[in-house]
Amino acid sequence: MQKVYSKILSVSGNVITVKAKDIAYEELAEITTSRGKSLAQVIKLEKDIVSLQVFAGSAGISTDDEIRFLGDPMRVTFSDNMLGRIFNGSGVPRDRGPELSDNLIEIAGPSVNPAKRIIPQNMIRTNIPMIDVFNSLVRSQKLPIFSISGEPYNELLARIAMQAEVDMIILGGIGLKYDEYMYFRNELEKGGALNRTVFFMHTASDPIVEGLMVPDLCLAVAEKFALNGKDVLVLLTDMTNFADSLKEIAITMEQVPSNRGYPGDLYSQLASRYEKAVDFEGAGSVTLLATTTMPGDDVTHPVPDNTGYITEGQFYLRGGRIEPFGSLSRLKQQVNDKTRDDHRAIMDGMIQLYAEYKEAEEKRSMGFRMNEWDNKLLKYGDLFVSGMMDLSVNIPLEKALDRGWEILAQCFKPEETGLKSDLIKQFWPKDLE
Amino acid sequence: MSKNIGKITGIAGNMMTVAVEGNIIQNEIGYAVTGDEKLKAEVVKIQGDTAFMQVFESTKGLKIGDTVEFTGEMLSVELGPGILGMVYDGLQNPLNELAEEHGFFLKRGAIIPALNRETKWEFTPSVKPGETVKAGDKIGSVKEGIFDHKIFVPLHLLEEYTVKSVVEKNEYTVDTVLVKAEDAQKTEHEFKMYFNWPVKLPIIQYRDKKVPEEPMITQTRIIDTFFPVSKGGTYCIPGPFGAGKTVLQQVTSRFARVDIVIIAACGERAGEVVETLREFPEITDPRTGRSLMERTIIICNTSSMPVAARESSVYTAVTLGEYYRQMGLDVLLLADSTSRWAQAMRELSGRLEEIPGEEAFPAYLESRIAQFYERSGLVELNSGEMGSLTIGGTVSPAGGNFEEPVTQSTLKVVGAFHGLSRDRSNARRYPAIHPLESWSKYVSVLDDEMVQNARKILSRGSEVHQMMLVVGEDGTSQNDFITYLKSEFLDNVYLQQNSFDEIDGATSPERQKYIFKIITSILNMDFNFGNKQEARSFFNTLRSKFIDWNYIEMSDDKFKQQENDINNLIKEKSNDAESIQ
Ligand SMILES: Nc1ncnc2c1ncn2[C@@H]1O[C@H](COP(=O)(O)OP(=O)(O)OP(=O)(O)O)[C@@H](O)[C@H]1O
Ligand SMILES: [Mg+2]
Repeated sequence: MQKVYSKILSVSGNVITVKAKDIAYEELAEITTSRGKSLAQVIKLEKDIVSLQVFAGSAGISTDDEIRFLGDPMRVTFSDNMLGRIFNGSGVPRDRGPELSDNLIEIAGPSVNPAKRIIPQNMIRTNIPMIDVFNSLVRSQKLPIFSISGEPYNELLARIAMQAEVDMIILGGIGLKYDEYMYFRNELEKGGALNRTVFFMHTASDPIVEGLMVPDLCLAVAEKFALNGKDVLVLLTDMTNFADSLKEIAITMEQVPSNRGYPGDLYSQLASRYEKAVDFEGAGSVTLLATTTMPGDDVTHPVPDNTGYITEGQFYLRGGRIEPFGSLSRLKQQVNDKTRDDHRAIMDGMIQLYAEYKEAEEKRSMGFRMNEWDNKLLKYGDLFVSGMMDLSVNIPLEKALDRGWEILAQCFKPEETGLKSDLIKQFWPKDLE
Repeated sequence: MSKNIGKITGIAGNMMTVAVEGNIIQNEIGYAVTGDEKLKAEVVKIQGDTAFMQVFESTKGLKIGDTVEFTGEMLSVELGPGILGMVYDGLQNPLNELAEEHGFFLKRGAIIPALNRETKWEFTPSVKPGETVKAGDKIGSVKEGIFDHKIFVPLHLLEEYTVKSVVEKNEYTVDTVLVKAEDAQKTEHEFKMYFNWPVKLPIIQYRDKKVPEEPMITQTRIIDTFFPVSKGGTYCIPGPFGAGKTVLQQVTSRFARVDIVIIAACGERAGEVVETLREFPEITDPRTGRSLMERTIIICNTSSMPVAARESSVYTAVTLGEYYRQMGLDVLLLADSTSRWAQAMRELSGRLEEIPGEEAFPAYLESRIAQFYERSGLVELNSGEMGSLTIGGTVSPAGGNFEEPVTQSTLKVVGAFHGLSRDRSNARRYPAIHPLESWSKYVSVLDDEMVQNARKILSRGSEVHQMMLVVGEDGTSQNDFITYLKSEFLDNVYLQQNSFDEIDGATSPERQKYIFKIITSILNMDFNFGNKQEARSFFNTLRSKFIDWNYIEMSDDKFKQQENDINNLIKEKSNDAESIQ
């Protein structure tokens, strides 16, 4: 039994209201306009007035358009047939492949019982020293890339996706430019990863609200694959667009904004997505990397700020490099004690020296005379930037650690490094002493 | 009591309006019935015949006209033996038991009693028929882990009762009636091993609240020495994301010298709780010889769990803390993060369309925060024993800026402020507590004069550092430069601590006293250096020897060796070196 109504009471922003009975909260409806069909979701019930958020936007909606309630909340198909396929923000195929409508699963389902979680323990190697050495990525981690627009964040995402050892990749585009989408597609194709990838694509030219569902769709499918034993890497780009869509809806619904127009529940909204990253004991895992572009390069902007409070660290991309300052993998200590004895020491020691290098560089830029120590630091900084930070460096962790010692030995005496003496005894390059 | 039935008239997010006839109580619990699920909800506002209720679950699928069954009870927790070692959600549902029954996911509407109904506890009565008792009096005790768990006359009872019968010493489940007693009107009352207590009301059945004086040892050097916390006191840890709030609380929960630790994971990452959850059972508490988990309670309402339950979770946690304080124990409650709790209040307030205050937080934010911390304290119980509840809360200020409502409201009420600094965490100077901006009103484990002296050097060192950035090292006098090196030395070897190292991660007060004396003498020492370069390299070597020393157990022979090594190094450069020891 489907309920059909054709009297729209109000249209405001992308929200419409109708008078209807026996409607469930978050139920889906299909609205047929002169432009075609669009999905809409119930976001408020008040007596017999139902408010719906229209995914295709409200432009062109006529008050006598037909609204058919579907009796179910938003769901998405789930099967191996999804691999290699491209869907839009409503979960409908946007490639020329066949419709997929079997085995529908709930999206935005309940959260994992914390008592069922396990301590993440498997490192995902990327061969990027700034990640592997300094901020190791760990299976089931959720991590954003903080970046200003123009930085090669999609390139970085694609590179990690190609090099990470995972069973499948789910790529969610929110407000993605078409050429960016093509870029991902081509890279994955070149790397032979296309047939283990599922795309949910909302592009910049699609209606804004339609992007809202992309994270939930990706994560619901990822979760199911993980329960079936797959290690899944989910890439979401760009979550700032997602947050902006939330803002738009909140404003339409006349919610009191908390900070720069964003709704007070922005933190909870983002968290309920990011927390889907998980390692299922005895099954697979979901690892989540997302782009968060920072408006005005301002990390205190509500979107990066709330994100940073939710995720397990962040990579700062600046000047085409992953910045040592601010970048952080909070799960690194779960794995970097099992790699090599010097891993943690190199990680901390080199960053502390890099901090001192930054100070020396600042002094130099202010025209101060450089003393012997400053000069050592400056030399160190240059070697660190070119040998470790540059994104073209593509070497395994062990090679990167060796390189770390070489750089230190080229610049300092052992005791100047602040490293523990037993490690120095073991790893300090002998030929350079 | 006749229970009310209501009908849903509106739903938006986790807020529903319910039309109901008859009496409703503010904070009353009701269940929205949908299919075979019953969703717990709490009355948060009453207006005529309409109850505004926050639902502790996802409201997906609820319809206008759905039934709401009211319970006549306020949101409560069960207080009795069997709480220690448990992992609860914000409403005291046991998460391990839920997992056993429902698997990986939190099933909506699933409810399991907080206290196991099958476990038997050996009860030793301590009252006899004919005695009179009142709320909070002990009627007996059971052994819960290493503690004597006192069984009380339920704390909400208002009258005096004459004991009529008492069970014998034996094993009983929590549901068993242990004592029957009569009030003045001859009405019979039954006392069991547990009772319910509404979480939003403080437990105040004690004789007196005292000023916290005795230090609560955390074994984190910068805290115990510079910014101490007393048993029964309060403190807050504000800091931008990633600055180290959670890690600091994690090490405190491991190493703090208290009887019981309650960890309230409030709206933060689930993964962080898991570390505690999985590691604590494996760690032996050196003081008790038993697993750490046996003295720990985890309240876990992480960020993707329902927001309304997050709002309640801190109250659940503090109520459990007050309950164990009633046993004469020292309890530490660590809440991470109070900002998420404040945000839950903000979401609720927004849904109620209340007039928003700063950053859309409700106007009552400040008083709620004050009331929460006010539930801490060192108390003299009616039995004459002392008990304490210390509260430490993290704050997650938007943009890392402390000039925001939650930080500011918290700073007004707490006794110590451990402000984490972005600069220090960026430079990996952990724990990133800012040594100049933080403060404490409590008494240090170390001699105050030494601490003041060290702070002076830190502050002078920071001035010199600032100056050097402007005038350069050349423009700085050798004396100033040495002061700077001394302050860096103090920072490196004492303020900074490797939380992930078994030995360096926890410094006993005895060890703190021992090293700090030596550090103080170094700070006050005159050195003969030819030039700055020589001074720098001396302090570099000294630093690295000291750091090595920090990783050696005090009882290890190498400890003395390393100390001699350090002494010899100093003797080379200073005439005052004899003064060490
Ligand atoms: N004492 C410490 N020693 C070594 N590393 C630390 C220490 N404290 C923090 N860190 C590093 O910083 C990371 C972030 O710390 P933590 O999770 O405690 O931050 P937080 O302040 O709680 O952040 P958020 O507000 O986002 O929860 C840790 O994962 C760890 O890598
Ligand atoms: Mg934290």
